[in-house]
Amino acid sequence: MSSREDGSLVEVRSLKKYFPIRKGLLQREVGRVHAVDDVSFGVREGETLGLVGESGCGKSTLGRTVVRLLEPTEGDVLFRGRSIGKLKTRSLRPLRREMQMVFQDPYASLNPRKRVGSIIGTPLEIHGIGDKAERKKQVQELLETVGLSPEHYNRFPHEFSGGQRQRIGVARALALRPKLIVADEPVSALDVSIQSQMLNLLDDLQKEFQLTYIFIAHDLGVVRHVSDRIAVMYLGKLVELSPGEELYERPIMPYTEALLSAVPIPDPDLSAKRERIVLQGDVPSPINPPSGCRFHPRCRYATEICQEIEPPLTDYGNGHLAACHHPLNVDKETLARVTASERYTPASADASATPTEPGKEEAKSPFRNDHASIGPDGRLRG
Amino acid sequence: MAERLIEVKDLKVHFVTEDGIVRAVDGVNFTLDRGEVLGIVGESGSGKSVTSMTLLGLTRDKNTRFEGEVLYKGRNVLAMREEELQEVRGNEMAMIFQDPMTSLNPVYTIGAQICEAIQVHESIDRPAAGRRAVELLKQVGIPNPESRVDDYPHQFSGGMRQRAMIAMSLACNPDVLIADEPTTALDVTIQAQIIELIDKLKDDFNSAVILITHDLGVVADVADEIIVMYAGRVVEEAPTRKLFYDPQMPYTWGLLGSIPRLDRPKSERLHSIKGTPPSLINLPRGCKFRPRCPHAFDKCTEEPGLENRVEEPGHLDRCWLTVEEKRGIRDKTIHGEMAVA
Repeated sequence: MSSREDGSLVEVRSLKKYFPIRKGLLQREVGRVHAVDDVSFGVREGETLGLVGESGCGKSTLGRTVVRLLEPTEGDVLFRGRSIGKLKTRSLRPLRREMQMVFQDPYASLNPRKRVGSIIGTPLEIHGIGDKAERKKQVQELLETVGLSPEHYNRFPHEFSGGQRQRIGVARALALRPKLIVADEPVSALDVSIQSQMLNLLDDLQKEFQLTYIFIAHDLGVVRHVSDRIAVMYLGKLVELSPGEELYERPIMPYTEALLSAVPIPDPDLSAKRERIVLQGDVPSPINPPSGCRFHPRCRYATEICQEIEPPLTDYGNGHLAACHHPLNVDKETLARVTASERYTPASADASATPTEPGKEEAKSPFRNDHASIGPDGRLRG
Repeated sequence: MAERLIEVKDLKVHFVTEDGIVRAVDGVNFTLDRGEVLGIVGESGSGKSVTSMTLLGLTRDKNTRFEGEVLYKGRNVLAMREEELQEVRGNEMAMIFQDPMTSLNPVYTIGAQICEAIQVHESIDRPAAGRRAVELLKQVGIPNPESRVDDYPHQFSGGMRQRAMIAMSLACNPDVLIADEPTTALDVTIQAQIIELIDKLKDDFNSAVILITHDLGVVADVADEIIVMYAGRVVEEAPTRKLFYDPQMPYTWGLLGSIPRLDRPKSERLHSIKGTPPSLINLPRGCKFRPRCPHAFDKCTEEPGLENRVEEPGHLDRCWLTVEEKRGIRDKTIHGEMAVA
């Protein structure tokens, strides 16, 4: 089985994952948590896709659904062109060798009663790789690969620090020589000094084993160092997808702008000078997400249209997609081109009149026209 | 001069364990004045939390040995009886803990927990305490405090729980607020809100704040003075701007270099401090950072004292390198290859 023509290892198609809320004696379904709501993207072989958002935005659920720890409610995940969304446990097993996960909490994700050797060796055992002696040798090699010592084979997790435990978690994920690793906040529980060691390690391993990563984090500073492309999620929706550096230079979605401004800068003068956009309140409930653009209640550029119509994920060129009625940092030509290609009716002068960074008042009228005529489809192009 | 609230003099906190003596805090000095924000920065195991807990007498145990003094408004906290301490705790010095998920009691409402803190220290009736609780929740920015006061912790999000914790710590209008990693468990967006809130409340309540963190980026905006701790001792102490623009200790460089920076071009590799902090039972000889320091030389087997070596009088460090040497190699260490290019 070779990778597909476009080089996608993973393709996520209109993926939805809802969790039912049941109440009462009969456990009737009274509502649904829209954890992941119609998300589409692809991950190319050998790249790192950063997945960023606040807690509760569905990034972990998305990560788990991609490796089929969760079954999608709707939509599908293609791994090397093969649909895995509805596969049964038995047929999934061979695929499990190719995709592994690194978990957030190095304290909770290692069994305290198992020795390190057994924790890392279990995947090998399950898949019947080698005999006991061979497995031991492999595990010891893995320990060295992740920067631990082979003598640690017989120790228990509690004898290690947080950073070392996370290395054990990485060794376990590597054991089966997977193609894809989904790392769910692998560094957020670690000290900054240890964080950078981990990030460098993940980088080295990617080169050595030609890994593809989906790297989940809430901090845009952290993902910048590892990611080739970055996807920003908000309340179950993919709101921006961009090549790594471009997202930092010109974020299109106001939510991304706010996330960027929240990353602390260790430079008091610079930090005092820059504008910090403090998002009001918390992420709304994914049980009843806001109408229209889900970010509108917290968005400082929001206008009427944002409450009414959900903005489609639009391609602004160079593989930079965003879902917003008031895109930032987009020049007039791009905006005109984008709106024109989106339109069912011929383009009018409105598009070119759109300010790059719309203030509240001036933005109102031109945008309203624009988006009333944009097609309702939010599919990914390109 | 602002009123001196806390003076820590040569504080040592040692825990006697089966494996040996853990020298968690080993000779720490600092002061805190009214209106000041002091940042204490260091990795896990550097003694920053033990120091702050000792300020409140929370490390007392039959296996703990104390040396030195912790003076709160001139009174030695280490020598206080438990009843006296109870008066100080919560009332005059209050603490915000790291994990808002585990430091609130899940079976009591938020309001009940705040009222308890108030009623321990003041003889007011429950309805009055309840009104104070609502007022406090409003001050820390909880929407609809009148109805949210009757919610249980699980009905609050992480950021709101941390706000509730802060409200609780403010209940008795303390002079000193100790925040131990108040934002580590929170999203970056919420982190900015909480730090801003703590800074604002410091002014509203005319108190002083000790902000403990492992991330120098967090304290850059709010701290007036920063202490960097390593292996139970202070390795650098400086006014905030000096610490960021003229750091003297290679450990501080390591901490600064480990932070992924959005204000600089992306570098190929992040600078990281190799290895892990030393065991507090078997400390290395000489400078405690020597085994991990890329610039260590012969002299480092002897421990340098915490002294003023630069022009700025309040800037102290523990490093044998001369100031010129340090200024020469510093940027390279912090920013890696990038600064050379």
